Amino acid sequence: METSQLSNIASQVRRDIVRMVAGVNSGHPGGSLGCADFLTLLYFDVMKHDPKNFTMDGAHEDLFFLSNGHISPVWYSVLARVGYFTIEELGTFRKLSTRLQGHPSTDKKLPGIRMASGSLGQGLSVAVGAAQVKKLNNDASYVYTLHGDGELQEGQIWEAAMYAAANKVDNIIATIDFNGRQIDGDVEQVLSLGNLHQKWQAFGWIVLEMDGHNLTDMKNTMLKAQSHCGEGKPVVIIMKTEMGQGVDFMMGSHKWHGVAPNAEQLEKALSQLEETLGDY
Amino acid sequence: MEFEILGNKDTRSGFGEGLAELGRTNENVVALCADLTGSLKMDAFQKENPERFFQVGIAEANMIGLAAGMTIGGKIPYTGTFANFSTGRVYDQIRQSVAYSQKNVKICASHAGLTLGEDGATHQILEDIGMMKMLPNMTVIVPADFNQTKQATIAIAEHQGPVYLRFGRPVMPIFVKPDAKFTIGKADILQEGTDVTIIACGHLVWKSIEAAKVLAEKGVSVELINMHTIKPLDEEAILKSVSKTKCVVTAEEHMILGGLGESVAQVLARKLPSPQEFVAVNDTFGESGTPMELMTKYGIDSQNVVDAVLKVLKRK
Repeated sequence: METSQLSNIASQVRRDIVRMVAGVNSGHPGGSLGCADFLTLLYFDVMKHDPKNFTMDGAHEDLFFLSNGHISPVWYSVLARVGYFTIEELGTFRKLSTRLQGHPSTDKKLPGIRMASGSLGQGLSVAVGAAQVKKLNNDASYVYTLHGDGELQEGQIWEAAMYAAANKVDNIIATIDFNGRQIDGDVEQVLSLGNLHQKWQAFGWIVLEMDGHNLTDMKNTMLKAQSHCGEGKPVVIIMKTEMGQGVDFMMGSHKWHGVAPNAEQLEKALSQLEETLGDY
Repeated sequence: MEFEILGNKDTRSGFGEGLAELGRTNENVVALCADLTGSLKMDAFQKENPERFFQVGIAEANMIGLAAGMTIGGKIPYTGTFANFSTGRVYDQIRQSVAYSQKNVKICASHAGLTLGEDGATHQILEDIGMMKMLPNMTVIVPADFNQTKQATIAIAEHQGPVYLRFGRPVMPIFVKPDAKFTIGKADILQEGTDVTIIACGHLVWKSIEAAKVLAEKGVSVELINMHTIKPLDEEAILKSVSKTKCVVTAEEHMILGGLGESVAQVLARKLPSPQEFVAVNDTFGESGTPMELMTKYGIDSQNVVDAVLKVLKRK
């Protein structure tokens, strides 16, 4: 898909995010806005998947696991826009009996979701397990994941990282949303990750980096990541993003990690985001 | 009624044999172990199915996540480690990635309770039944002997959904017939009686058989139930028996809070209020010692079952 088309979709996704969060006065707009470009690219261009015929097993399809489940608004929007369910359902986000739970879940059977997430640090293990079963089943598709940078403070991530390298799980492409922010402040201040690139390398992963708001760079990096699959090592991409990307007053700070805009702020945000595909 | 002793073995070996048999009969079964392959008796499965066996090292949180992920694509993962590391250490991973996500993972836990013995309290988990039964979607099974553990191991592969299977280390008498059918949620009535109902699980079933013998000599007619499935609980079996005997003793190798006794008490409180005595560990950690010494010291031996029966009979 042309980057101009992807860019249009991402703009609409950003409108969905702020409207969903404002609609229930809760949720996590900051990280969601930061990952809008990546998830748009992944679902509309990179992944091999079948939105109209979702199955839990996803045999011979690429799988995606969102490990940092709190950025559910961006995932829900992209899933709806790509056809897993209707865009009208986005209006039920976080409301009683919704399939669009605050954090992603499987129990309400929302198409596109294969694992609950929210309690951080668990998604990489799950994805590695799914990737190993793909190999057992002679299924040559890829398994993608997304993680927060703050989430890397959870020990389980590194258990999974060690295991995946030791077992040559080379059909997984993990991406880190490296926005440098978490609830209490800058990651560097809360608990520094040190040299993240070297850490992943030391754990035996192929490490790539990309600009999470440059669709061309991301597309090239994803292709490069795919080309590394099968080389006996798992692949991780450190994706530099800006929390709140696209809404000027939400950028440059950790303050919009988990705060919803009020009516006035919503209008201001929407004025900066072009309605390209029609609001839900 | 006499119970024939068919041999003496540990329940963990029943798990190992059951898993090995599954390896031969069900190609979807995969097994994961956190550096305790020998202790869990998973060697045979590993040897016969190296491509379906996953050694995860000392990383239990990762093991639970891997297992959850392996269900996607149709596998039936069996995880193996000690009960403490199967539950308390990984509670949140089980809660989110297995129970809430409704994944078909079988969490197989050995060395449960005091009878782990000399390793002491760090390893002697007595809270695991409570933790696991509180999770929605979770089935909790505590088989009584070697044969029943083998049968349960095989049976849970046919059950779609998360299961916690709890077994142990000590060598104990075998009394369940090798060809008995194991049905999840259906209690075994081991002996019919009229004066008191004893409901037990795990190693306490044998201890209760011993107690019933002593009580018979005292003229007490015991109805003995092997409640191998804690959840879903066979309420019908409990109500049918206690409506006849009018009193009950529960016996388990678990904390008094959160275990089998508590589940039975809740059923009776709602539907058939009756005197109940609890043979269980009373809000304390264990310590080093031989399994049988510990059962005596912490009040979960056959004599404690006898005493509890005599006490509850006076409350009728």
